[in-house]
Formats: sequence, C-alpha cells, structure tokens
Amino acid sequence: MAMLEVKDLEVYYGVIQAIKGISFEVNEGEIVTLIGANGAGKTTTMQSIMGLIPAKSGSITYEGKSINKVPTHKIVQMGMTQVPEGRRVFQELSVYDNLVMGAYTRKDQKEVKNSIEEIYARFPRLKERRNQIAGTLSGGEQQMLAMGRAIMSKPKLLMLDEPSMGLSPLLVDEVFEIIKDFHKSGTTILLVEQNAGKSLAISDRAYVLENGKIALSGTGKELLESEEIKKAYLGG
Amino acid sequence: MTTFIDGLSLGSIYALIALGYTMVYGIAKMLNFAHGDVIMVGAYAIFSTLAVTGHPLVGVLVAVVICTVLGVVMEKLAYKPLRGASPLAVLITAIGVSYLLQSIAQLIYGSKSRAITLGNFESIKIGSVSISSATIITLAVGAVIMVTLTLFVKYTKVGRAMIAVSEDRGAAALMGINVNFIITITFAIGCCLAAAAGLFYLLQIPSVTPTLGSMPGIKAFTAAVIGGIGSIPGAMLGGILLGVIEKICLSIPVLAPYTTAIEFSLLIVILLVKPIGLLGKKRREKV
Repeated sequence: MAMLEVKDLEVYYGVIQAIKGISFEVNEGEIVTLIGANGAGKTTTMQSIMGLIPAKSGSITYEGKSINKVPTHKIVQMGMTQVPEGRRVFQELSVYDNLVMGAYTRKDQKEVKNSIEEIYARFPRLKERRNQIAGTLSGGEQQMLAMGRAIMSKPKLLMLDEPSMGLSPLLVDEVFEIIKDFHKSGTTILLVEQNAGKSLAISDRAYVLENGKIALSGTGKELLESEEIKKAYLGG
Repeated sequence: MTTFIDGLSLGSIYALIALGYTMVYGIAKMLNFAHGDVIMVGAYAIFSTLAVTGHPLVGVLVAVVICTVLGVVMEKLAYKPLRGASPLAVLITAIGVSYLLQSIAQLIYGSKSRAITLGNFESIKIGSVSISSATIITLAVGAVIMVTLTLFVKYTKVGRAMIAVSEDRGAAALMGINVNFIITITFAIGCCLAAAAGLFYLLQIPSVTPTLGSMPGIKAFTAAVIGGIGSIPGAMLGGILLGVIEKICLSIPVLAPYTTAIEFSLLIVILLVKPIGLLGKKRREKV
C-alpha cells in the first residue's frame, strides 16, 4: 500500500480549474518528484494534499486514511508536513523560536532540545544566528531554517515545494544534499521542483505535470534520459 | 501633573480596548466593530451583579466571565462561518453584532441611563498632587494586565502560536497549530480585556447606558490605528497617547470643546504621515 495516494484530484480556484484530475503515489522510503513549469499546478497539488486548499473531487489517502476533510494541523500530527514555497519562516520570531514552532505538535520537551541541537549541528549557520530575528537572514539561511523547522515535527513524509528557488548554484547543491540527508535518516520525500536535472537525479520516481495534468511518469533515471524531458526541461 | 496622571489612567482604558481590536485584527484579519459593545455588556454585568450581591469584586469577576464567553460565542456564531468571505461581509456582520448587543441591552434594561456606585474613592495626596484612588487602581491594574499580556504573547506556547498565526496562517497550520483555536483564544482574551475596560470606565463615569461602548470603542480603534493596527505595543502606546491628549485638551478651556475633533485629526495626520501607524510593521504582501 502506498504511503500517500492521490487519485483523480481536481482543484479549482473559483471557476478556474487548476488541477484536472491527477493521480500519483508515494511509497514509504521513496523520493518522488513532481516537475513542471510555472503554473503547471505543482504548488496547488501540494497545498491541496495538506488541506490548505480544498479539493473539489478525488481522494487523498495517507497511510490508508482519507485526509480530504482533515484540517491541516491534524495532518501534521499524523506525520506529514511541508516546507512551503517561498520558505515562509516566521519573520518576527528568532531562529530558535522558529525551530521551536516546528516542534509545536511534540510533547517531549527534552527530545525537542536534542532535535534543535541536531539541527544546529547540521546547519552551523543557524546556530551562529540562533537569537537573530528570522526576517534578517539571507535567502539561503531562511531556506535552511524552513527545512530545519519542518524536520522539527519529525515527519514521516516531508514535502518540499521548490526548495532551490532563488538560490545560488552552490546553495542549490547544498539544498539537494540536505534532502538526501533527510531521506537517509528515514524520511520519505515528496519534492516539487523546477530544477528538473538535479531533482530527477536524486528521485526514485517522478511525475511531469503540465497544465494541471500528469503528462509523463517514470523512474528518475528514465525521465532524465527521455528526449521530451531533455527538450522541455533540461535545455536541450 | 494631575491632568497628566488622569490622562494616563484614561489612556490605559483606551489601551485595554485597543488591545482587543489590534489582537483580533492581527490574528483573525478582521475589525470587530462590536468590540466597544463588549465593554457595555461588561458594564451591565457589573451593574446587575452589584444590584444582586452588592459586592463590586464579584461583579468584576462575573463581567470577565460573561465577556470572555461572549467573545467565544460571537466568534463561533457570527465570524467563523465567514472565514474566507469578503472583508466587507465580515465588516457588515460586525456592525450587525454591535447593534444586536445594544438592542438586547435596551430590551433588558431600557434605554435610560442608570447610575451605579462602586464605592467611595477618596483622593490621595502625593506631595502637591492630588489623585483619585480610582485613577490609581486603573493605572496599576492596567499596567499589570499589559505586562502580563506582553509576557504571555512572548513566552508561552499559545502566545508564540498567536504571533505565528498573525504572520502567516498557512505556515502556522503547517507547524500543526490549530488556527481556529488560536483565533477563538484571541477573541476570548480581547473580550476579557474589554470587561476590565468596562470596570475602569465605570470608575470614571458611574452610569450605564446601552450605547456606552460606542465612543470608547471608536476612540480605542483610533488609538489602535495610530499605534499601528496589529501591533500590541502600538495599541498600548496609541491608547495612552490618546488618553493623555484628551485630558490635556479638556484642561485647556480654549481647546476643551474641540477635544474629540483634535483626537480624530491626530488620526488623520498619522495616516497621512505614517499610514502604518507609529509602531506598525511593513508586511510583505503575498501574491
């Protein structure tokens, strides 16, 4: 049974249909990527899974339970969360408080402290700036913070929406390294990216989203070698 | 000097009301124009309990409980169904709730103003300055409430969740924060503060009418906007500033008749010079 299963999902913004019946699944232990151009419906799909935008029809099942009508905060408690597009760290809170917010659903205060230390060890920059207000961090640092904050809830399935967006090539490499690290430590990953080359390279499987529909799917390797993908997403 | 201290005292009443406006605006992103009428409900609650028990402190407790419950019920019945609706619909609903509360008070108590005695407050002389003990109570309790609230928001889990929700509702939900619960809590706290303001109002003007909440409500809203709507320190600063200005104007015979005009002109000036208010923060507008 798939960990996350999306079936015939349709999402509307008012009268405009953004997602036109897509189906895909994520199995435990996988890295799965949705790639696609701007406006293909990647972010909408992610937000709909988390209950931030209601689905018009179709089903979303997580660990065998339908989560169509489950409010976002309950989905987080069930072990799934998301690093949203554009990072969206809490600008007015310190780095430390942002990480504490990430652990909002956890009751084990001692373990939370340990998790924060682990994150500081993985991201020394965040440790240096732990008392700084998050709004004053650079884009790259904010991305690290957003990823650290999401992992603080100890998700079984972590979704990342365009984590490499707007970052320098060096930082983009760093972000993909972090995703691999999270995956190695046992987190299942659903990734949304425009950077098709880098994301397909680390993915077990991937889906290509075009105009609210799934145009192609396959293993990361298959798609990397596909002529269509090369033409449309890898610049030749 | 006495004028200044009276101003601080009136200012803390405005600040307590303004805090309710600003917190609800910051977190629920709506203006609760019925907020002033919660003060009136609090005042009548004190009036009625006093008539039955004869004890002012019991009256205050009952007022706090009734107003807090009113806040939660108001949010659940009137505003929650409108979450995601156009701001205009919410605004009109809030005005409707305001009239509803006033009419209910009129049905129960009639429209005439009723006098109330909360006890004798003697003046205390400190050096050459004489201050009413009611003023001192208002200042002291007001200060304690504001410090407690600041600490609560800064250092408790729920308080920090409030900051998170006010900044980014979606991201807060992704942390596992129950946004609806936080909004309900905010209404409860805001209305609890309004009950306190109701008490202090009665210490200043010891009579109750169904519309007594309107003017302080509008003044406090003005104070919240002057301080920067959505900002907690802003509401305190704006409230105190407005209270001091009001008392100073009233003490100068030439300016006294124009006091209210001066206060609202200040709002216009602030909006022209610094539209986000004195302590307001610029927010990135999300696309």
